[in-house]
Formats: sequence, structure tokens, C-alpha cells
Amino acid sequence: MAVGEASLDPSTVPAGKAAARAKKPRRKSLFLRRPFFSLALLVALGFVLCAVFAPFIAPYDPTAQSIEAMMAPPGPDHLLGTDSFGKDILSRIIFGARYALTIGIVAVLIGAGGGLVLGLAAGLSTGWLEWALMRLIDSILALPSLILAIAIIAILGQGVDKVILAVGISLVGPFSRTVRSDVLQVKTQLFIEAAHLMSIPRLTVIRRHILPNVFFPLLVQITVRISEAILVSSSLSFLGIGVTPPTPDWGLMIAEGRGFVSFAPWMSGMPGMALAILLVALAIVGDAVREEFDPKLKRAQ
Amino acid sequence: MLSRAAGKIAQTLVVLLIVSIASFSLLKLAPGDPVLLMLGSEFDQASYDSLNHALGLDQPMIVQYAEWLGNFVTGDWGTSYVARADIFNLVVREALPVTLTLTACSLGLAILVGVPVGVLSAVKKDTAWDAGAAVFALTGTAFPSFFLGILLIWFLGVKFGAFPVMGFVPPWEDFWTGLYHLVLPSITLSTFFIGMIVRVTRAALVEVLDQPYITAAKARGEPGWRVVWVHGVRNIMMPVVTVIGLQLGGILQGAVLTETVFSMPGIGQMLTNAVLGREYMLVQAGVMLTAVLFILVNLLVDLSYPILDPRLRPR
Repeated sequence: MAVGEASLDPSTVPAGKAAARAKKPRRKSLFLRRPFFSLALLVALGFVLCAVFAPFIAPYDPTAQSIEAMMAPPGPDHLLGTDSFGKDILSRIIFGARYALTIGIVAVLIGAGGGLVLGLAAGLSTGWLEWALMRLIDSILALPSLILAIAIIAILGQGVDKVILAVGISLVGPFSRTVRSDVLQVKTQLFIEAAHLMSIPRLTVIRRHILPNVFFPLLVQITVRISEAILVSSSLSFLGIGVTPPTPDWGLMIAEGRGFVSFAPWMSGMPGMALAILLVALAIVGDAVREEFDPKLKRAQ
Repeated sequence: MLSRAAGKIAQTLVVLLIVSIASFSLLKLAPGDPVLLMLGSEFDQASYDSLNHALGLDQPMIVQYAEWLGNFVTGDWGTSYVARADIFNLVVREALPVTLTLTACSLGLAILVGVPVGVLSAVKKDTAWDAGAAVFALTGTAFPSFFLGILLIWFLGVKFGAFPVMGFVPPWEDFWTGLYHLVLPSITLSTFFIGMIVRVTRAALVEVLDQPYITAAKARGEPGWRVVWVHGVRNIMMPVVTVIGLQLGGILQGAVLTETVFSMPGIGQMLTNAVLGREYMLVQAGVMLTAVLFILVNLLVDLSYPILDPRLRPR
């Protein structure tokens, strides 16, 4: 109904309003619309709680060895069994959540920070500089993140801090690519052109208009990539070149149990299940976040 | 068309150059002085200087880089201290065929499973089939491959004894035994890939099935399978091939883990052992080779577009 028409006949106005309200029912909450997402989010939060309150939840010291309880199968004393040194697997998994989540989150933040700088530079520059920066990003992307992380570990050596740095650097490539494409998208918008026409300084335009528009998609990317960071870091530990024993790291625990798979399958199996459950949960959360908030996917639909 | 190809090739060469510089810096950044390593504990300044000179380490960086690049291109990759063997032979003649065989088998398996499941998912859009395929794809991409490998070893290898759980037998020497050894590793490595292909196939086909030429084909009375498999699938090849090219990096890094799980003597196992043994030249050779493979495959993917899609051919 046209606005002018409505103003001519006041009696139709309330009816029109009511119709509009009826047509637009309140959107169901995100949690109701996506039951899998809610479940996955709960699981992920459960892991976060385990990580934060590990010392209060874990029944044993995660590094305490016990000769009497070597390779005990899951039972009342050790709910998920023990490993070849008699260390309680449940306690190690609970403390392992700390390492997995800390490494994952800090590494992703490093990758996002580096990617933001490189992506902004590539997106905002023009001419030969843009070409050169693009080839630089291509070169970083030519190495899969695990291989790049292995190369960095070869230089830095092993340890939790080095794993974080290596995984973080290995994520700079993917982050910078998405930041760059977001910058390019924003750059063509009318309000940027308007700002330039109003001769607002370039730096102010970047700070006030471009950065905020790049920041939100970056946050989406961060949630999506935490699982990748956790996967790469636990892969490094599984290969024996990540964190060092006796750190309760899941990848390390899976590797330690590998030789005992035929008679003590819980040694690899329990930490493996923990890792798999967390990664699948994070993937579901990441997918939902991307589908809900990624402006590029919205446009495609 | 030719100028586009030339531009792509020029870009690729620049990327290769940057990767080679990064690879060279890996050697230079690696801890430890190679001269000190070779001399041992007792030496004097004169012998240090002479060895330093003999190795060319007193030259300016750019000269050292040029020399290294020349050696690399001509296949002179140095000698492994641990294996006491030529690195080029170790990497290209021994490790690479293992990794390529594993990659090819996994890729084949992934396409054989992934494309039909993706097609099914798109044709039966918004049904239980579709939902099942989505769950399957998500789990496949998110599940840690090395843990899946261990589960397969435990379940199919140890419990049922159905498949060999370690080692590599070259299929070109003993085809069936080789293939038998490749079953579990290929399943392990392809799971991530299957999930990926299912998603791309579904997304692309859903879009294609909405196109007027599909309606036209149906209107002509062509059977359903022909509409989907001839008119539909023909048109989703580009996105699927692109994703396969882009995910080659993913499959190479998956191969590193799979080879370790199943004790296969490929690039991945070599790379891990080289890091543990601090053999930086070997690490560098593996890293460089991986990057070169990835870059070249993506160049091929890019150049193959006009072949896959006649609409991109010049008129």
C-alpha cells in the first residue's frame, strides 16, 4: 500500500500496521532454529569449563605416574583407564582441554592479527605493490598449514609456546586472503567514495569506515578457524614434533597409545574421542556462525 | 587466451621465486653453524675459515642464494648426514612415489564416493538423504584423520585382521598386495576430501539444476538420470576441479599424518624424521617440493578451465 493512499484514509492505517506485524512474526531465536548448533555450542562450552576448572574436576594429577595402575582399563578407579605409566587418562584429557583450547585460541589470534595487517595492506595498495603483496600471499598459501608449521618448528624447536607461534604464523595466509577480499568489497561501496569526496583523510577513512567493516567478517573467520588451529597443533604433537612429554596434550596422548592399540585401545581412543568430539562440535558451531553472519554467503543465496 | 596463460605462468614463476627464497632462509635461520657441526669440537681458526670458504659461506647472501637455486634446479640437493645418501634420490626417487601413490588412490576414492553422494544430496534436496549427506560431509571434514587411521587399524586391522596395518608395497611391483596395503591409508586420507567434494558438488549442482537448460532437457523428455549426469554434472566440473586443486595442499598435509600412522616411507615420514634429526636440508627439500607440487597443480587447474568449460574458450 502506498504511503500517500494511507494518509488519505486514516481508517486503513491501523489495519495496515497490524497486517505488517502479522506478516513479520518475530524470528525464532538462533538456538531454537538450529538445535545441532545449540548442542554443539554446549559441548564446546563444556570443554571450556573443563579447561578453566581442570584442577577442581580432574580426579588425579595429570602427570602423576603409578606403577600399580599401569595400563588399567576403564573402571571405577580410573574412569577412562590409565596409560603405560599409570597416568590417569581422564585427568589428562581434562587438563589437555587447557592446552588444546589455549593453543587454538592464541594461535588463531596471532594468525588473525598477521592476516589483518597483510590483508589490509594488499587490499588497500594499488599497482605493483598490490601485485607483489598478492604474490606474497599466494606464496604463503602454497604451503599447507601443517607443512608450514613443521618448517617453522624445525627452526624454532619444540614446546607449547613454539607450537602456538608456528600454528599462528601458518594461519596468516588464509586470514590475509579473506581480509583482502573483504577490503576490496568495502572499497567499492558508495560511502567510501562519499568519504573520499568529502576529502576526509585516507587514514581516517580506513580507521572509521574500512576497519569496522572488515572486523566483523574477521570475527566470523576466527570462530571458524579455531578448530583448524587445534587440529594442526594436535597433529604436530601427534607427529612427535609439537609439545613435549609429559604435557597432557591430546595429540601426544594419541601418539603414545598408538603402539598399544591391540591390547589397550583406550590409551589412544579416549583422547582421540575427546579431540574428535571437540573438533566436530567446533565445526558445527563454525558452520552455523558462517551461515548466519557471513555476508558473502547471504549474498549468494 | 594465450596471453592469459602467459600471465598465469609469469605469476606462478614469481610465486615459485618467493617460495624458494623462503626455503633458502629456512636453511639460514636454522639453529647451529654447519661449519662447527662438521668440524666437531677441536679446530683452530684457520681450519674454520678454510672450511667456511670451501662451503661458500663467506660469500654474500645473494651469491649463496643464486648458487643454491642453481643446484636445486639441477637436482643437486645435497647429502643427508643420517641416511648418508643423496637427498634428491631420497626425496624424489624414494619418498615421492609413495606419497603420490597414496594421494592418487585417496583422490580416486574421494571422487568415486564424494561426487555420487553430492549428486544424490542435490537431487534429493531437503530430504533425509540430503541431511544425512550433510552430517557425513561435516564429520568427514572435521574428524582428525590420524585418529581415524588409528581407529581403522584397531577395528579392521587388529580386531578383524582384514587389512594390513603398516608398510607400503609398491603397486607397480606387486599390484594386488600393493593395493591391499593401500586400502586403510586411502580411506583415512580421503575422508576429509570426500566431505569437501560432497559439499561442493551439492552446492554447484543445486544451482545448475535451476538453470533453464535443465528445464529444457526435461521438457524434451530426456530421462532423469541423463538430465542429472549428462547436463548437470558436465556443468559442475569446474568448481569441483577447482576445489580439488585448492585442497591438494590439504591432501598433502593429510598424507604427512597418514604416512606416520601407517608407517609408510613417504615425504611425510621423511619430513617428520628430518625435523627430529635436525636435518635442515632434508626439511627444506621436502617443504620446497610440496610447495612446487601445489603451485604446479593449481596452474594446471587454472589452465584447464577452457578445456572443462567451452564457454571460456576464445571465440
